[in-house]
Amino acid sequence: MTGHHKVFLGMAAGVGKTFRMLAEGRGERDAGRDVVIGYLEPHGRAETEAQAAGLEQIPPRTVRHRDVAVRELDLPAVLVRAPAVCLIDELAHTNAPGLEHGKRYEDVADVLAAGIDVFSTVNVQHLESLNDQVAELTGVRVRETFPDRVLAGADEVVLVDLTPAALIERLRAGKVYAAERVPAALNGFFRVENLEALREIALRQVAEDVEARRQRELPSRRLDRAVGERLLALVSPHPEAQRIVRRAWRSAQRLGAELDVLIVLGPSPSAAEREQVGAFRRLGALLGAHVLVEQGEDVVAVAARVARERRSTYVLMGAPAPRRGLRRLGEPLTDRLLRALPGVDVRIVADRSGCER
Amino acid sequence: MIEALLGGLVGVVAALLLVLVRRRRAVTPSKRRILFPYVGTQLSPAALDAALRNARVEHATLVPAYLAPVPLTLPLDAPIPGQCTRAFELQEAIERRAAAAGVAVDERIGPGRTVRHALRQLLEQERYDRIVVAAATAHSDGLSAADVAWLLEHAPGEVVVLRPANDAALAPV
Repeated sequence: MTGHHKVFLGMAAGVGKTFRMLAEGRGERDAGRDVVIGYLEPHGRAETEAQAAGLEQIPPRTVRHRDVAVRELDLPAVLVRAPAVCLIDELAHTNAPGLEHGKRYEDVADVLAAGIDVFSTVNVQHLESLNDQVAELTGVRVRETFPDRVLAGADEVVLVDLTPAALIERLRAGKVYAAERVPAALNGFFRVENLEALREIALRQVAEDVEARRQRELPSRRLDRAVGERLLALVSPHPEAQRIVRRAWRSAQRLGAELDVLIVLGPSPSAAEREQVGAFRRLGALLGAHVLVEQGEDVVAVAARVARERRSTYVLMGAPAPRRGLRRLGEPLTDRLLRALPGVDVRIVADRSGCER
Repeated sequence: MIEALLGGLVGVVAALLLVLVRRRRAVTPSKRRILFPYVGTQLSPAALDAALRNARVEHATLVPAYLAPVPLTLPLDAPIPGQCTRAFELQEAIERRAAAAGVAVDERIGPGRTVRHALRQLLEQERYDRIVVAAATAHSDGLSAADVAWLLEHAPGEVVVLRPANDAALAPV
């Protein structure tokens, strides 16, 4: 069983992420859990050092890199010590060459895999996907980034918030950096407009996190209410078929049902058809639908087989193309499908795109 | 008798012409593609109409792409039902307008952490000949000045930036 990962997210250095992580670590220890500090970057901040006092700390290992002694997390020592909770600062940090991993978040993954809970800290500008945006907003290109999936995979994300004015006040008071670094910081990264933009990004991300967790819980509750319904959207690899997927997905949402999207390809699909299949796959992922791609000459036979395998209760499809020539003599596609799938509802989705409201 | 025959012949010719005209009007997808990324829940009809006109003149397929922000706590390819619901409403409104204009459309939803991230991914995934974007106005959502500047700098190919009139937003279905 993997450990629980709690990330303390901030807009910039000095907002109090490490302080808050240590405070929660102390709380866990007071509650009787085995808590150790795996790695702490105190930055010479007296408040942080005071908060760390009394907590067991695994000594960092010193690595020489380009003739400079660098302090790093001692991953093997953490794994041997095997505490219940490990506090590890600066998730986006890049390790010195020669260690187990290139990045600290990879070390954290090992610790979590060992069943140890981890509290860690990170600033929002280190997120890979925000790198361009942050660079444009602040004029500072952040080199140490980490993939979004690390934050997405965290069990909890706690925003440590401070107004830009309060952070600048802390900076001026020497609570963030040593006095000689303060003027440069105030003229560079720590400008009010930069901090306001970063704060907005951090607040928005955490607000979306809350909404996303709520949304993730909703489908399971809906499924409890309506067990057994399963929809199959039968589509051709063409843009017009997207409306069938939309209608099927809405019906699936209302019924709390699973949705399968079946695309039947001929023996040699064209480049455009393959492109559409790719688009349907991406759309299916966003909808939470299962996109199934099958090859076969007889669409009805393939659809009937898949519907039986997937235990579909509804089949949705577009109006079949008008039959021409000798095909007029054969049985209509919808009739064949109804005959092949007794007990399954077949719905023809109308094309409303030409209807004016 | 001859008059009746002539009348019948004229009727048949008229019917044939009608069929041919209707076939010509039928919306057929084209190989040329115009990518039309848009953001938010409000899309300017003026911007959309301009993009549709562009597509019609070039006999191109319009590829409207709803840029959908994905929360950091979710993988980029995770289901985002709320975003899809909003996107679908707009997509259907776009399709009605495109059908009236006789333009083929191929809709997309482009997920990303930010507008720019979504744009970047879209450019990597989609095949297109030209990009048409609407800039933000006071009355409708669009791409911010910074995002437009980024697009102009990074998107391969021609980029047309529309500054729509302050019209009402496109009504979703």
